[in-house]
Amino acid sequence: MNELPLLSALVAVPLIGAVAVASIKRERAAAARWTALGFSGAVALIAALVAIGFDYSAGAPWLQFTESYAWIPNWDLSLSWGVDGIALLLVALTAGLTPIAMLAAWRDLDSVQRSVPTFFALILALEAAMLATFLASNVLLFYFFFEAMLVPMYFLIGSYGTGPRRQYAAVKFFLYSLLGGLFMLVAVIALWVHNGGVFDWQTLVEAEPMAAGSLQNWLFLGFFLAFAIKAPFFPFHTWLPDAGGAAPAAVAALLVGVMDKIGTFAILRYCIPLFPDATQTFAPWVIGMSVIGVLYAAFVAIGQTDLKRLVAYTSIAHFGFIGIGIFAFTQASATGAVLYMFNHGLATGLLFIIVGFLALRRGSSQIADYGGAAKTLPLLAGIFLFAGLASLSLPGTAPFISEFLVLFGIFTENTIVAVLATLGIILAAAYVLWMYQRTMQGDRNPALDEVPAMKRDLTVREKALVAPLVIAILGFGLYPQPLIDAVQPAVDNTLVFITGEPADAPAAEGVTNE
Amino acid sequence: MNEALQIDWGGLAPLIIVFAAAFGGLLVEAAVPKAVRLYVQVGLAVAALAAAFVTVTVLLLGDKQTTAFSIEGTAIGSVVLDGPGLFLQATIAILAIVAVLLLAERRTTRGGDFVAEAAVVADSAADIQQRRSDGATEIFPLTLFAVGGMMMFVTAGDLLTMFVALEMLSLPLYLLCGLAKRRRLISQEAALKYFLLGAFASAFYVYGMAMLYGFAGTVDLAGINQAGISSGQPRLFLYIGVAMLAVALLFKAGAVPFHMWTPDVYTGAPTPVTALMAACVKVAAFGGLLRVFNVGLASSAWDWHLILTVIAVATMLGGAIFAVTQRNIKRLLAYSSIANAGYLLVGVIALGEAVGQTMFYLAAYGFTVIAAFAVVSLVRDGDEEATHLSRWAGLGKNSPGTAVVVTILMLALAGLPFTSGFAAKFSLFAAALQADELGLVIVGVVSSAILAFPYLRVVVLLWLNEPAPDAPTVNLPSPMAGTVVAAGVVATLFLGLFPGYLLDIVDQASIFLNT
Repeated sequence: MNELPLLSALVAVPLIGAVAVASIKRERAAAARWTALGFSGAVALIAALVAIGFDYSAGAPWLQFTESYAWIPNWDLSLSWGVDGIALLLVALTAGLTPIAMLAAWRDLDSVQRSVPTFFALILALEAAMLATFLASNVLLFYFFFEAMLVPMYFLIGSYGTGPRRQYAAVKFFLYSLLGGLFMLVAVIALWVHNGGVFDWQTLVEAEPMAAGSLQNWLFLGFFLAFAIKAPFFPFHTWLPDAGGAAPAAVAALLVGVMDKIGTFAILRYCIPLFPDATQTFAPWVIGMSVIGVLYAAFVAIGQTDLKRLVAYTSIAHFGFIGIGIFAFTQASATGAVLYMFNHGLATGLLFIIVGFLALRRGSSQIADYGGAAKTLPLLAGIFLFAGLASLSLPGTAPFISEFLVLFGIFTENTIVAVLATLGIILAAAYVLWMYQRTMQGDRNPALDEVPAMKRDLTVREKALVAPLVIAILGFGLYPQPLIDAVQPAVDNTLVFITGEPADAPAAEGVTNE
Repeated sequence: MNEALQIDWGGLAPLIIVFAAAFGGLLVEAAVPKAVRLYVQVGLAVAALAAAFVTVTVLLLGDKQTTAFSIEGTAIGSVVLDGPGLFLQATIAILAIVAVLLLAERRTTRGGDFVAEAAVVADSAADIQQRRSDGATEIFPLTLFAVGGMMMFVTAGDLLTMFVALEMLSLPLYLLCGLAKRRRLISQEAALKYFLLGAFASAFYVYGMAMLYGFAGTVDLAGINQAGISSGQPRLFLYIGVAMLAVALLFKAGAVPFHMWTPDVYTGAPTPVTALMAACVKVAAFGGLLRVFNVGLASSAWDWHLILTVIAVATMLGGAIFAVTQRNIKRLLAYSSIANAGYLLVGVIALGEAVGQTMFYLAAYGFTVIAAFAVVSLVRDGDEEATHLSRWAGLGKNSPGTAVVVTILMLALAGLPFTSGFAAKFSLFAAALQADELGLVIVGVVSSAILAFPYLRVVVLLWLNEPAPDAPTVNLPSPMAGTVVAAGVVATLFLGLFPGYLLDIVDQASIFLNT
């Protein structure tokens, strides 16, 4: 279809960029920033080329832009890349959010004695690893990057994070993910042994499906545990508030906005096609966990005293919705879940970035340190409210359509779950509005007047970087059809493994907002 | 000598080269002036080991499958030149070259890390005197004898030859352990402890051999295997014999519950000797275990499978759990080597399916661990190694190069992708799953996860903590130790990124010759 190795470039460019930026001298911070931004901009450009060249028609092949280069033939490990509609959305999200996050963190390191080149090199390395997990079409290759991405994120949290607990948070993040990853490794090896040494995803999917039974169940659990920790689903979520709270805000935006989506993406890409029977067997449990997650995380979020931890908890609630959407196995809910991943990345990414702006100005992310801040920061407060409303899925913003589709899809399957999950929306309104009220409105906290930075509203750089996110959230809120068109074929292809036949009723077709 | 005895001199050449060089080294001690002795010794040792490595590699690539001795066409199994034996010989030889370079490092401590006489009372006037002078150069012939013993150990086809090789590799090591220039008492304690326990282990070995002889009527491994099927003797002899033999071999391998010596000896011995033990002796010990269980005891697998499984589980979990609490880098590496012994035991238990993968693991682990100990010997507080982990805090600030190396090695030990640690664990566990050892693989994974924590803590210390005001210096290594570290890191990354070459070789070389 396309002669250029675009997908290889998507992985290689940020990787080369990471090496290039890391080799810049520590004193030349500005050069490091601009080089890093240049590389991430190039990645965004390549991602745009992929999105333009992508065949969105229903009859198109599942994976497009496929490439494959042999690497370790003994293990059937090859550098195989391919992209479907779901991955395309997440690749676009990664490629778009990374330069924005870099811009958001542009001045974060001015006041601390940390190496700027290393920071930006780590972000580029993280971007490369995240893109590689979305693009890999080889199970072992996916696993490689799934694990390797822990290293840059670990240093980003532990070395560049804020607060006294950043090391604890970094180690907790690493060990949780590693534990999940190692159980997945057992399952990966067992899968390999079982199918006679094949790791190529396409071969595996086209092969005779695995017999239902205990082996498939165990393999599913091995994969699922890793993904559930990564996502994270309740009750494997406890690392996220710590990591999200300790990470620099821009990194937290990438962590929650993109990296956590790898868990839910991988469930769709690996668990369902490879272990369809086991997926169905465990679906009620997962939905149960997800519902608990939606409600529990929302309650806990209401009680948080730290903005970053609060946003992290809201995300756990949102991942519950994604879990419900995937495991309801209806076309509408699954499409909704995929859109949810994308839209949540936009909304929560924006929310984290705004919280980062606030924290940098105030020097604290404790809610108690604010109060009436909107008086001197009207624009920042406005964007903050907008991001909050987007994250509670206000109609007109992009997350609305995804939440609507998820609930619509599950309603036909299980009314009780749908009703309980709807409660989550009400709670979301509570925590978002409360958060806004306690920080921005009400009596002005006198301490704020002593902080000169709290009188400085959004700078040009800050405006420039939130603008694309605001536009995307509004744009896809009013006209989500392109997103639905992109993911529909991939979702249908995936759900065939559960329903056994191509889904017909195009439930999501024509569902547009306003 | 029997006239019909045919000797495969070509096949024995590697052993002959190493032993000849060892004797040559003794002559050098007597004949060469002290000023140049070190260079002659190092040159001789490296040349001999390199020659042995090349010879073995030629034999290995020529697919040699034979015994070194035979009478009128009938093979005698005392020295067996087969794929696993030759591969392990090559591994030992190349790791030994690296270790010898580390032994020769003299820039970090004036006169080297060794004293001339181990027996001088610690901290006496004579002892303080000898600390100022140059160390012994006898360490090189001693090392060569030990390495020769190891190379013989992995090709020994009967229990008697194996015993001779075992003693040959052990005795020089006992002495080398006691030669540390710093912390003489701990070094002497380590030597004594290793010697006493090692002597016990040897005794167990001999008793076990006697029992097996009583059972099988032969000390030949293939014959014992045959007897496991057909012998009319009471099976009790077999059980006792296997148990005692296993005690001796597992002692050398450092498996729980025979691991008690490992942390003390690893800590007390001069760090280059520790590196030699952690890399080469481990290869030899597991080479012996692989051969004994694959060739000699495969037919009685049912009898020993359970107990060896229990030991493997205890070793994997014990090593990992104890490693978590360690505050001394050498002890941490010691416990990690115990846990790794557990993973390797999984390969032994899986028998034929996993021989090649176990050998791959040995080679990969050997390079990583040797580089790790080399780095330990470079991080110093004045004259002494700074082995307490708190002293490593903030090393990333003062010596980023060293910290990067340590980070790579730690991530490799933790088994992260793109390092040899992952390649080794992946292939070993895959082979074990093929042999239906799911339980052991799961325990291995859990153990790896536990063990990741102490490794990670080292990385945290290096990068995320502030250095102490009197932080230790990293001695710029001479080309010797620099080569060691570079070789270890390059091998770690190469085997991680392109394991295919070595995996093909071990696949070829994984068949034991059952004479």
